[in-house]
Amino acid sequence: MSENIKYTADHEWVQIEADGVVTVGITVHAQDALGDVVFVDLPAVGSSFAAKDVAGVVESVKAAADVYMPVSGEITEVNETLRDDPSLANTDPLKSGWFFKVKLADAAELDGLMDSAAYDALVLNS
Amino acid sequence: MSTDLLLKTPLHALHLELGAKMVPFGGYDMPVQYPAGLMSEHKHTRAEAGLFDVSHMGQVRLVGPNAAAALETLVPVDVIDLGLFKQRYALFTNDAGGILDDLMIARRPDDLFVVVNAGCKVQDIAHLQAGIGHLCEVIAMPEQALLALQGPQAVIALSRLNPEVAKLTFMTGGFFNLDGIDTFLTRSGYTGEDGFEISVDGHQAEALARKLLSAPEVKPIGLGARDSLRLEAGLCLYGHDIDTTTTPVEASLTWAIQKVRRAGGARAGGYPGAAVIDEQLLNGAVKKRVGLVSPDRMPVREGAKLVDEAGVELGVVTSGTLGPTINKPVALGYLPKSHSAIGTNVFALVRGKPTPMTVSSTPFVPNGYFRG
Repeated sequence: MSENIKYTADHEWVQIEADGVVTVGITVHAQDALGDVVFVDLPAVGSSFAAKDVAGVVESVKAAADVYMPVSGEITEVNETLRDDPSLANTDPLKSGWFFKVKLADAAELDGLMDSAAYDALVLNS
Repeated sequence: MSTDLLLKTPLHALHLELGAKMVPFGGYDMPVQYPAGLMSEHKHTRAEAGLFDVSHMGQVRLVGPNAAAALETLVPVDVIDLGLFKQRYALFTNDAGGILDDLMIARRPDDLFVVVNAGCKVQDIAHLQAGIGHLCEVIAMPEQALLALQGPQAVIALSRLNPEVAKLTFMTGGFFNLDGIDTFLTRSGYTGEDGFEISVDGHQAEALARKLLSAPEVKPIGLGARDSLRLEAGLCLYGHDIDTTTTPVEASLTWAIQKVRRAGGARAGGYPGAAVIDEQLLNGAVKKRVGLVSPDRMPVREGAKLVDEAGVELGVVTSGTLGPTINKPVALGYLPKSHSAIGTNVFALVRGKPTPMTVSSTPFVPNGYFRG
């Protein structure tokens, strides 16, 4: 599975699904740095963003952080369960705590993301 | 700031041992949270008892027969009539009536015991020396640590070390030996809960902290939860909700100014900014600090602009978060007198989006002070 997961320097993960769709969430490191997540602001389904655009917000008691688009594309689905229970971003960030799904505008953008070894090194050195 | 330039409290090693996440605060390397996390620490303090290291705060003794009268020249507060072992909240003001810092004053047999904010303590001590150093001795106490034990079960845990502490009521204090350790403690704090603040020699602080943490009710609590607890309690944080640009009247802290220090009182005025503050006490201030609650889930934070229905700017949020106990976004902020009545609906701009907020009474959660 790790073959199909990429990471960004903004501490998001990108799971590559079938049909040019990716699922996006925040990493274990990101949720640990934020602390208890109490609110998520998710993008509208059908909206399109360029890579690095702010697509949403994740808030803990102590801070708010932007959620960036890791790649360009259209939002096809958002995690309504996460909206109702933001603590999933802490308890299960890599699975049920996912944020949104994106229909890739340009699959080649995935090549610019990090693999798990590169991301682990980033976290270690941060 | 590089971490090796930060000061350490006597409990620094214990924080690391307990797995705290450390952050710079007020020039010190302080625990923002422990592994349990802010939310859990906040709720534990409201349900049982939490131990906070507040040793970064400044502790000062004012010694001499004229200390109380001298201090009254710097604060709009009745210090002279403060009874033995009673404690009172006070404010240092400037000539414009702005707030230089907020502080706690306790009268002890041989001195006035003063606690000031960490970030202000250097300037506060200089302010005391310059203002009243010729009238009384101003003695900083950097050797003392300060622990806060807060929560409805704080008294149960502390009573095991000395049952006499249970006789204290809110805002009183005394010298107590806690299982072999000499302390001066007061039944007060900054969480809205019953609890104690304990001044102890730095060399014995860790031993005392370990005794308190061994109680089944007590867990260590970081500065993160301290902030959310004080905000739910509607208490001001210096540098955010109050500063030199806000007067005690604007900050809704008029309760801290006793009648004897107001115009017409026996010891009216005589402190910096008295004319401004007396005028505002009489006629009201243009802006007022209020509590705000949102019906939505989205936290509204410091710096968010407050606007009316038409989008006209009214004021600004000075502290805000999602209150873990009330489970709603709560905030403190400033609004014009025209919009400061309880129940008034305004909007906070969060990322440009208007979020409804209602002016609300504070505290946002009922306080648990023990008044006997």
